[in-house]
Amino acid sequence: MSRKPEPVQVIKQRRDGALKALVGRIPYAQFLGIHFDRRGDELTGIMPFKEDLIGNPVLPALHGGAIAAFLEMTAITELSWSMLWADIEHGEISPEDFPRLPKTIDFTVDYLRSGLPRDAYARARVNRSGRRYASVHVEAWQDNRTKLFAQATGHFLMPSKD
Amino acid sequence: MDDAGMFWKSLAPDQMAPIDERKPVAQDHAMNEQKTKLTRQFMEALPHGKALDMQVAGVGDGWAELTMAYDERFIGDPETGVIHGGAISALMDTCCGAAVMSHPQLATITATIDLRIDYMRSATPHQRILCRAECYHVTRSVAFVRATAYDEDMENPVATATAAFTASANDPRDPERLKNVGDTVKGTVL
Repeated sequence: MSRKPEPVQVIKQRRDGALKALVGRIPYAQFLGIHFDRRGDELTGIMPFKEDLIGNPVLPALHGGAIAAFLEMTAITELSWSMLWADIEHGEISPEDFPRLPKTIDFTVDYLRSGLPRDAYARARVNRSGRRYASVHVEAWQDNRTKLFAQATGHFLMPSKD
Repeated sequence: MDDAGMFWKSLAPDQMAPIDERKPVAQDHAMNEQKTKLTRQFMEALPHGKALDMQVAGVGDGWAELTMAYDERFIGDPETGVIHGGAISALMDTCCGAAVMSHPQLATITATIDLRIDYMRSATPHQRILCRAECYHVTRSVAFVRATAYDEDMENPVATATAAFTASANDPRDPERLKNVGDTVKGTVL
């Protein structure tokens, strides 16, 4: 049986709808103003600058806690997204059936440079995703992709399938 | 090296007395009042701390306690109402920074080098989070800090953190050093 490929708009709508449902339901993402840019299956977290994110008013520099939250949010979103991707592609899942979010076991942040009062970007890579545990690495930058201002590694407890 | 902060050094985190029973910290030590006042001022001036409505519950020589009320805007898991780990990270990072700033041997300028948080359990929704941090060792350039976060069940911590912060000496030969918060944070570049 041969099927005609789906129109690109239908695919995009389904992917973007799933991403919106995934992130849109997390109040803390809205609180910090975090959203995600999608290219195919690749996600980039974006945290636009706002005054509320400042930790050191004199420099000024972004708050280490806001940076940690941004990295953790990006890691969890990437991990959930990679878990859901196949189901989204087959159109087999609707947002109501999304599994629970992974739970953070530990999270270690390296602060490489002080965060400037500018927009920040982050991408996460799932290094290992097993049935129960996952390890995710995240990198964040501002103006220059090769000059990371923070990176983090975290371990997560995967939601049970039932 | 003076023995300020020894009260904290002598106790492992799991031996710390519950907060209400704790004897006044630094009772036997001359408190560096100017320093703790400065730390408190600095903490209260942080825009991100204000956004999360963090409150300084206590500051002493090399230790700090901060609280953060439950707020629906901080939720990370909408199905359970549990607040996002990131909000706890923010509280713990701030609290660790306050412990470094208040350390008598260090200048009131610092930045996080690294922060590791272990989440032992989910914080119970609708309960405040309290974080207690102690700066347990300092060198000329690094301050080592550990912290514990609790909800209202003080027997079972929600998270623990270990962190390294940048440090520089609180040089008593420089009488200008504590003049105002602004002067002391200039040049805090990692």
